[in-house]
Amino acid sequence: MEILFGLLAVLVLVALVQLVRVFEITGKLSGNNQDRIEYKSNRQRAKLWLVFGVAYFAFFIWLGMKYGPALLPEAASEHGATIDTVLNFNWVIIITAFTITHILLFYFASKYYWRPNHRADFITHNNKLELIWTTFPAIVLAVIIIYGLSAWNDITGEAPEDGINIELYSQQFGWTARYAGDDNKLGDANINFINTTNPLGLITPETIKTRQDEIKEEIVKLNEQLPTVPVGGLKEEELTEKIARKERQLAKINGYSRKNKVEMFKTGDDDKLVKVEFHVPVGKPVNFQFRSQDVIHSAYMPHFRAQMNCVPGTTTEFHFTPTITTADMRLKTGNPDFNYILLCNKICGAAHYNMQMDIIVESEEDYNKWLAEQPRFTSVETAEARNQSNEQLAQK
Amino acid sequence: MGAHAHKETFVTKYLFSHDHKMIAKQFLVTGMFMATIGMLMSVLFRLQLAYPGESFKILSFFLGEKWAPGGVLDPNMYLALGTIHGTIMVFFLLTAGLSGTFANLLIPLQIGARDMASGFMNMLSYWLFAGASVIMLCSLFVESGPASAGWTVYPPLSALPQAIPGSGMGMTLWIISMALFIASSLIGGLNYIVTIINLRTKGMKMTRLPLSVWALFVTAILGLLSFPVLLSCVLLLMLDRMFGTSFYLSDIYLAGEALENSGGSPILYQHLFWFLGHPEVYIILLPALGLTSEIIANNSRKPIFGYRAMVGSILAIGFLSFIVWGHHMFVTGMDPFIGAVFTFTTLLIAIPSAVKAFNYITTLWKGNIRFTPAMMFSVGMVSTFISGGLTGIILADSALDINLHDTYFVVAHFHIVMGLSAVLAMFAGVYHWYPKMYGRMMNMKLGYAHFWLTFISGYGVFFPMHFMGLAGVPRRYYTNSEFPLFDAFIDMNVIITVFAIIGSAAQILFFFNFFYSMFRGPKASQNPWQANSLEWTTPVEHIHGNWPGALPVVHRWAYDYSKPGKEDDFVPQTVPLEEGEVDGEH
Repeated sequence: MEILFGLLAVLVLVALVQLVRVFEITGKLSGNNQDRIEYKSNRQRAKLWLVFGVAYFAFFIWLGMKYGPALLPEAASEHGATIDTVLNFNWVIIITAFTITHILLFYFASKYYWRPNHRADFITHNNKLELIWTTFPAIVLAVIIIYGLSAWNDITGEAPEDGINIELYSQQFGWTARYAGDDNKLGDANINFINTTNPLGLITPETIKTRQDEIKEEIVKLNEQLPTVPVGGLKEEELTEKIARKERQLAKINGYSRKNKVEMFKTGDDDKLVKVEFHVPVGKPVNFQFRSQDVIHSAYMPHFRAQMNCVPGTTTEFHFTPTITTADMRLKTGNPDFNYILLCNKICGAAHYNMQMDIIVESEEDYNKWLAEQPRFTSVETAEARNQSNEQLAQK
Repeated sequence: MGAHAHKETFVTKYLFSHDHKMIAKQFLVTGMFMATIGMLMSVLFRLQLAYPGESFKILSFFLGEKWAPGGVLDPNMYLALGTIHGTIMVFFLLTAGLSGTFANLLIPLQIGARDMASGFMNMLSYWLFAGASVIMLCSLFVESGPASAGWTVYPPLSALPQAIPGSGMGMTLWIISMALFIASSLIGGLNYIVTIINLRTKGMKMTRLPLSVWALFVTAILGLLSFPVLLSCVLLLMLDRMFGTSFYLSDIYLAGEALENSGGSPILYQHLFWFLGHPEVYIILLPALGLTSEIIANNSRKPIFGYRAMVGSILAIGFLSFIVWGHHMFVTGMDPFIGAVFTFTTLLIAIPSAVKAFNYITTLWKGNIRFTPAMMFSVGMVSTFISGGLTGIILADSALDINLHDTYFVVAHFHIVMGLSAVLAMFAGVYHWYPKMYGRMMNMKLGYAHFWLTFISGYGVFFPMHFMGLAGVPRRYYTNSEFPLFDAFIDMNVIITVFAIIGSAAQILFFFNFFYSMFRGPKASQNPWQANSLEWTTPVEHIHGNWPGALPVVHRWAYDYSKPGKEDDFVPQTVPLEEGEVDGEH
């Protein structure tokens, strides 16, 4: 197989050498009337630009016809409709400019080819023309800027107070949606609280306690290992470093535990964590908060014309109002399997291409029903028991 | 050994040469070599995109069982190929390859200087670049794979080896290579600036400089002001990676462990990166526009339309390019007001860009156009510059960017406006100045075939991507098959890959023509294109010092083509003005 490829390469090379020789010899043979020949082939080359121009526009139209139906359906959010209007407005301007400039370019290229005994016009500049084509784009751009920015200001304005608060939490390689629960407040979270039962690191009195116990246990285990490694060796250094790190982590968590005495960290009790798909009601504003566990991800919801990066170390926000239910969109697109999707749109590692979640838009009634079925982060019993014991403590 | 003396001349002439013409050729050939690798990588990942999960012998041939088990591309290697493809094309081909070649070749020759201000620094600039290239290539062979966090290498992904294998040794080598590369750029750029300011021959006023030199001048200034920011940016990344600092890292839980880094911001990295990153686009594009200006005026046998406006727009683009970087970060959660400012400044760039496009078109108008291969590439470049530039208006609009950010629409936009345009202009430059570099002519017919295949496949690859982007298909996906929504684009991906293969194969024509003509091409005459600029007054055989006698004296601008009352349709810059004749744009 490799030999065949080698042979093929040699053959191509030989063919090219022979081809160039033929070009050279034919060039020499017709040497007497080189000007005329150059004129002819130069004119052909000029005309080829027209052919290319037609083919280019044909390609554009063909792509539009074939793939136009595959583009995103109408926006399923209030601001998305605005974005689409601005986009279409820009398209009109851009395609007009594209068409005019390309027609001129290809027309001039094909018309003003070299002719013997002919001279180009000595035109160095034209102030009037230049003034026109500087100010005209400037005016058009001013319109584009004003139109675009007014949309931008609307979209990025203050989040509505009556909006449903949802957190989209990203990690390699999956999403978790967190609902704020009855109080519509998302509980605090921190990476030091993450464990198998608390993937988002929510802070509640129980998770503080659990993590304290876990880490204390880990420290004990590590200390037990200490005598088994050689004194003064690399292993010992590694182990002591690890213990020190765990102790620092414990100190951080203890800090939260002291704050807890003033009745904090209860807002996370009624939060609800869901995976695979999340639901939102139609016609109600949703305020999203985004967080990331590890690297930068981006929450991209193309049907809602919404996107925001999830950046470790900070929270970002975006809000929109869904306008079309999943069921309605299935009818509109004629696709019974259609689903709104959330996907990751910032390179985040090997499985970046498959980090997704379905979004279901439904009536408020259905949404409330669905949400009620989702389990709370802290069960009602646990929370009540804790509150009672806290009250007793306070009375004492 | 008797061959000792001969060997030394080989070393000083071909390796450690101080002669700007030789250094230009070194940059060109190194750039071509790197580009071949970058292009081949794109073919490899295009195969995966067209036929996801299918086995290809060529993949296991190049990548081995580790990175292409059973001939199927590994997802990590897919990301690595994209990363190194981008790095090579943006920096090694279109920054060093383009500026390095043509700034070195053209600046001294077109301004009438014996050589660069410092020949030694010029040599150093090349060898730092060569070193950077070698290190970047070495990074392809480390066990954990080359850098693979995308060519922008955003932390935390690029900072933590636990996040992706490519962020191990491969990423370290990437940073070292880029540090050398930046040093090379800075030394080269300083030299270009000093040479243009100080070494112009008698009569070569700034207002008489050819547009190619103007473009290369502003390019060098942009590089000088922005590359140091990238250097500090990647050095801070190095500190985060190796010494436990937290410039870019905060609150990260990875691989079952809560990291202690706290207080840093990954967004800071993006600000620093794009403070270079956006001027970088113009570091690539301005030389391309400069070369095209020369070639279009020369082959239209007509002065470039609006010389002053052209210089003005180069300066305006150069200035504006420094205050637009935030448009790469509209969806990072930045303050919406700042986003609005960046939208405004970014859209302003469209004005000087439009002026340039109109000036090219009107230079063709009423011309007497000779379609040499260089001219074909230049006209093609004007087309791609317009096609790609216009979609920039959409991406600059922060409200519209929300839904198009990081989709294939962006890939289409920047590949056409700076990738294709700059590559076409670079080819144009090579075909046009080949006789100056090697004293021989390239084969024209192969040149035409090369042009049409490259140009058509360039559009064939990138134009359809606009539609994918508008349908919401994200870039940097190993496969789209996880989303039924994107099934409509399965056959489009095949079309794109076929064009990519045709376009890549077409480069064989160029490489053959390039090396064959070096030895067997017809000898060039002194001024084969009947051009006005000074480089064509030097002898065909290179001599150190460029002109055998005194330096030429310049009497007019470089664009007296088809001037009324002159015998020929060109008047070299060295011809004195006649009595009553006015110079330049009148």
